[in-house]
Amino acid sequence: MSVRVIVEKCKGCSICVKCCPFSAIDMENKIAVIGDACTGCGVCVDECPFDAIEKTEDHVKKDLSEYKGVWVFAEQREGKLMPVVIELLGEAKKLAAEIGTDVSAVVCGDEVDALTHELFAYGADKVYQAVHPELKNYRTDAYTKVIEEAINRYKPEIILLGATHIGRDLGPCLAVRCDTGLTADCTKLEIDPDDKKIRQTRPAFGGNLMATIICPNHRPQMSTVRPGVMDKAEYVAGREGVAIRLDVNFKEDEIRTKIIKIVKEAGELASLTDAEFIVSGGLGLGNPEGFELLKKLADKLGGTIGSSRACVDSGWIDHSYQVGQTGTTVKPKIYFACGISGAIQHLAGMQSSDYIIAINKNENAPIFEVADYGIVGDLYEVIPAILEEL
Amino acid sequence: MKILVCVKQVPDTNEVKIDPVKGTLIREGVPSILNPDDANALEAALAIKDNDPNVKVSVLTMGPPQACEMLRECLSMGADDAYLLSDRAFGGADTWSTSNTLAAGIRKIGEVDIIFAGRQAIDGDTAQVGPQTAQRLDIPVVTYVQHVEVIGNKVVVQRQMEDGYELIEVSTPCLLTAVKELNEPRFMSIYNIVDACSKEITIWGHEDIKLSPENCGLKASPTQVFRSFTPPTKGKGEMLNGTAAEMSKNLVSKLKGLHVI
Repeated sequence: MSVRVIVEKCKGCSICVKCCPFSAIDMENKIAVIGDACTGCGVCVDECPFDAIEKTEDHVKKDLSEYKGVWVFAEQREGKLMPVVIELLGEAKKLAAEIGTDVSAVVCGDEVDALTHELFAYGADKVYQAVHPELKNYRTDAYTKVIEEAINRYKPEIILLGATHIGRDLGPCLAVRCDTGLTADCTKLEIDPDDKKIRQTRPAFGGNLMATIICPNHRPQMSTVRPGVMDKAEYVAGREGVAIRLDVNFKEDEIRTKIIKIVKEAGELASLTDAEFIVSGGLGLGNPEGFELLKKLADKLGGTIGSSRACVDSGWIDHSYQVGQTGTTVKPKIYFACGISGAIQHLAGMQSSDYIIAINKNENAPIFEVADYGIVGDLYEVIPAILEEL
Repeated sequence: MKILVCVKQVPDTNEVKIDPVKGTLIREGVPSILNPDDANALEAALAIKDNDPNVKVSVLTMGPPQACEMLRECLSMGADDAYLLSDRAFGGADTWSTSNTLAAGIRKIGEVDIIFAGRQAIDGDTAQVGPQTAQRLDIPVVTYVQHVEVIGNKVVVQRQMEDGYELIEVSTPCLLTAVKELNEPRFMSIYNIVDACSKEITIWGHEDIKLSPENCGLKASPTQVFRSFTPPTKGKGEMLNGTAAEMSKNLVSKLKGLHVI
């Protein structure tokens, strides 16, 4: 798909030049010219007051009907499913119901029987099992090879992976090997009611723009999905499904990386995505010690603290606490934004919280635009007062 | 040892603002910068060169002719030479197409021992081009690298995980993608700036790297942008009034009324 200027209608107003997110449009002789940087995003089509820009469809058709079913990569670490897998199964179930197909999980490990039953209970109709000592821990070459072979043999139409440090490594490798497209960090997935293809929506430009991506002529259609965004699948104890064992063979030197050791550091991340209450701080705290006050409120509510990117960049707090586009996406019951101005990249990570409470000295801070309750004031006075009331 | 660093010129997304009336991006006055993670990738390469004068560091990008400015910045930081893949046919590429073009450029450059890239670019945030380029070159890849040590023809890296890191050994040639925790990028030096001005940047189009126009750019991209829009805002709620104590009391009673606490 691309865009085309209808020369007869173009008045040379240059509105499209200004609105193009990719600086892809220039004016030549008072007519808009679409340049190399065009991604076909269509912003200019909507903006043009003279309807002088239109979208053009490509007409490439391949036989894609062989590809069936929705797959979920069941990422495990130390024999436990990652929480995002359960969210992916919940989403896969919805997508599969709309297409009229089934849901499968692919699990790699050295021992997967218990995980297989868990995946059935969370709604997988089939579980493809890759079992080998070399698959105990994730390694790019090993997992890519095994799953690529499974894709080529069983031909799924959709594959969902969690946008974790592992999913974002595996997904791109699989997409190139299987000669297909991959959309990163999706926050919304829908099925086109007419052609049953998937529409994948993701933030771009640091959360300033949302883009809906399609993969019309290649299969499988692949997405990585941000943890914490989709609703979890329901657990039905005793639910059964079909287990399918994959052939796994590795030649010597085929897995080109060696894990020397795995080091765990402060693991607060899981609690950030799962937290019902998050008390987040920004540069308005004034100093790193400010987080101690936030911690008091978080502890009282049974939640955790979070942070804006600015505090992480200033070295006040570890990256694992960062909420936002390049940090963690959260949706707690209550999100307290304390001394956070509300940059778009921060809002992208917390906007779907049930209730947002903003405390900021600056009454014009953008954070108030998304807050359910806004308090203009000094957080060092307000938070102790809230603690008093609780 | 030859090291290649893949870099990208990006708009500084921290400076991008939304037109409050039209809800569109305001691009005017937004500076183009060297992608931050790519600066860490370049620094990692230059740090290896600091310790071994036999190391040669090249930088490679795909982009419009203006990307030369960014390549000059890389040369001014200390890179030895620079390559720009620029062609109308490369435009509108998704990560499938971009990695295909970069890999073709790297094959033309010749043998390299280590390829560094940034983990992801701030305009797309996909983190896909690094690992996909490695797949096309059939070399091992480690993403999210936060520490690097070169020992002979082996590289030992820390791969950042959500809750710690993995210590990984990999043989060269390999591709590593850098996160910001890897290092602090150096500034351009006066000596290098003077030097950079006299250096020629190699510019190649699709014919130079033996890629047909069908295999690059928008045409070859499996993914397409169906539509794009500015994210809907949640909408402003209620501003509370009074002293800190009054507002706090009011807030807590409202939250209790909603049965959320």
